[in-house]
Amino acid sequence: MALPDDLRELYQQVILDHSRSPRNQGQLSADSCVHIHSDNPSCGDEIDLYICFNDDGSICDIKFEGQGCAISQASTSMMTEKVKGISREELTQLIQDLQQTVLGQGEIRNPEALGELQLFESVQKFPQRIKCALLGWRGLESALSKNSLSRS
Amino acid sequence: MIDLSHLRADFPILHQQVNGQPLVYFDNAASSQKPRAVIDSLVHYYEHDNANVHRGLHTLSNRATDAFESAREKLARFIGAATPEEVIFTRGTTESINLVANIWASEFLKPGDIILYTGMEHHSNLVPWQLAAKRSGASVQHIPVLEDGTLDLENINALLTEQVKLFTCVHVSNSLGTINPVKELCAKARALGITTLIDGAQAVGHMPVNVQDIGCDFYVFSGHKMCAPTGIGGLYGRAEVLAKMPPWHGGGEMIDLVTLETSTYKAAPARFEAGTPDIAGVIGLGAAIDYLETIGIDRIHEHGAALTSYAMQRLTELPGIRILGPATGDRGSLTAFHLASAHPHDLVEFANTHGLALRGGHHCTQPLMKRFQIPGSSRASFYFYNTTAEIDRMMEILHRAVTFFS
Ligand SMILES: Cc1ncc(COP(=O)(O)O)c(C=O)c1O
Repeated sequence: MALPDDLRELYQQVILDHSRSPRNQGQLSADSCVHIHSDNPSCGDEIDLYICFNDDGSICDIKFEGQGCAISQASTSMMTEKVKGISREELTQLIQDLQQTVLGQGEIRNPEALGELQLFESVQKFPQRIKCALLGWRGLESALSKNSLSRS
Repeated sequence: MIDLSHLRADFPILHQQVNGQPLVYFDNAASSQKPRAVIDSLVHYYEHDNANVHRGLHTLSNRATDAFESAREKLARFIGAATPEEVIFTRGTTESINLVANIWASEFLKPGDIILYTGMEHHSNLVPWQLAAKRSGASVQHIPVLEDGTLDLENINALLTEQVKLFTCVHVSNSLGTINPVKELCAKARALGITTLIDGAQAVGHMPVNVQDIGCDFYVFSGHKMCAPTGIGGLYGRAEVLAKMPPWHGGGEMIDLVTLETSTYKAAPARFEAGTPDIAGVIGLGAAIDYLETIGIDRIHEHGAALTSYAMQRLTELPGIRILGPATGDRGSLTAFHLASAHPHDLVEFANTHGLALRGGHHCTQPLMKRFQIPGSSRASFYFYNTTAEIDRMMEILHRAVTFFS
């Protein structure tokens, strides 16, 4: 019984590796840091994101805690490795490109910036997993708007 | 173990490949498959007898009415109701509970009353009561669940008091497989004048059920979990209790006399069945009962218990497994488990690509998952057409999954 190809693509080594040992685990406690809780009540996935922003709206530090399936935890772990230090504009573009990768819609403007995140293209074949792949990213979007609001 | 594998030939859907592998359908607790006899009964009804019931004086209407009412008689016999009039057709368990939580509750629940349920109820036996409590000013309380998946009955006398107006309990838990001592609990409740409702969604069609022996006031179930079509199910109500309840939906069939000012209503069951019912569904449910009775409900129960105990024994081979529910004794034909190495969502995905249908998640019992401090679980649930060979196949797939995700 060989492993089906779709399954191999969904659970690539990189993704399994991140889900087994997620990066940037923990909390940030500075007053200025933004905390966002996101969940998928239907499957019980949960992510708590802690993000410190620089004055220019870029991310200076990010950590997360969570529980859930390999896809939700790996995608959040990989996200935390990508988003530190890039400009606010690059961040917005990255989020959009990642969402379009997962949903299989629209044009990817900056594939190089996505790098390994392009692997999440495989989720297109598993529509019920889209919300898993996007859970952490939805949290990041909320954190960005919360941060903008608190500064305006 | 008794061999019922010849019955697989009666289920057209079982003979297919899913994702290039032979289908192993272990999601029967969510919905069972349908035998040819049930599918044929629907076709036969629409091709020969289709007409509205209780209305026409013509031949087709009479045939439809006879088939419809004879299904009610079968169902009453099947669950041990005293008369067919105690059986009301609904869309299923959820609708039956909502009927009682609206109609019975509107008449009998007062501020300060208590609705007592258990910590292992399906959401459909929690939410309607929470809504009823809000409307009436009553409150909800629950019987806790012990680590072994049985009810904590040590303090039952402190919980089941005269302040409780309604007690409800799942007969067989869809997450734990626990078979609750509903007869003993109903006897206790009855002695205090408490009305009782038992959720039999996982029991009817799987084990012998006799509502008079249980001694409950209401008993609810879904046809689709017992070989009947989706969209049909039942509410058993003890005649005396139904007689005190106001109508539910208003409309055709439930009335005696209608004037432009006011109306009078029929007695049960018509009182609670306004409008054109799911006639084909009822006929399909009747055909399902005929089919189950030719196999014998005792044999179905025995086979389910044997499959479950075999599955539970084999599941212990998996490292880091936690099996929910009672480890021994009589259980419903399902087993839910949690693996340290693989989240239920990933496990079920892995299984599906190998043709194995499991359920993963909270199984509509979020409070129970919280109680056991797990995000969810994976569940294999069986029916009489499943085999030990399929369980062996499941184990082969689960072993691979554990290796893959560890
Ligand atoms: C114990 C239990 N109660 C209630 C239900 C709800 O049944 P239905 O969705 O058919 O109304 C189910 C099935 O999912 C169940 O297993």
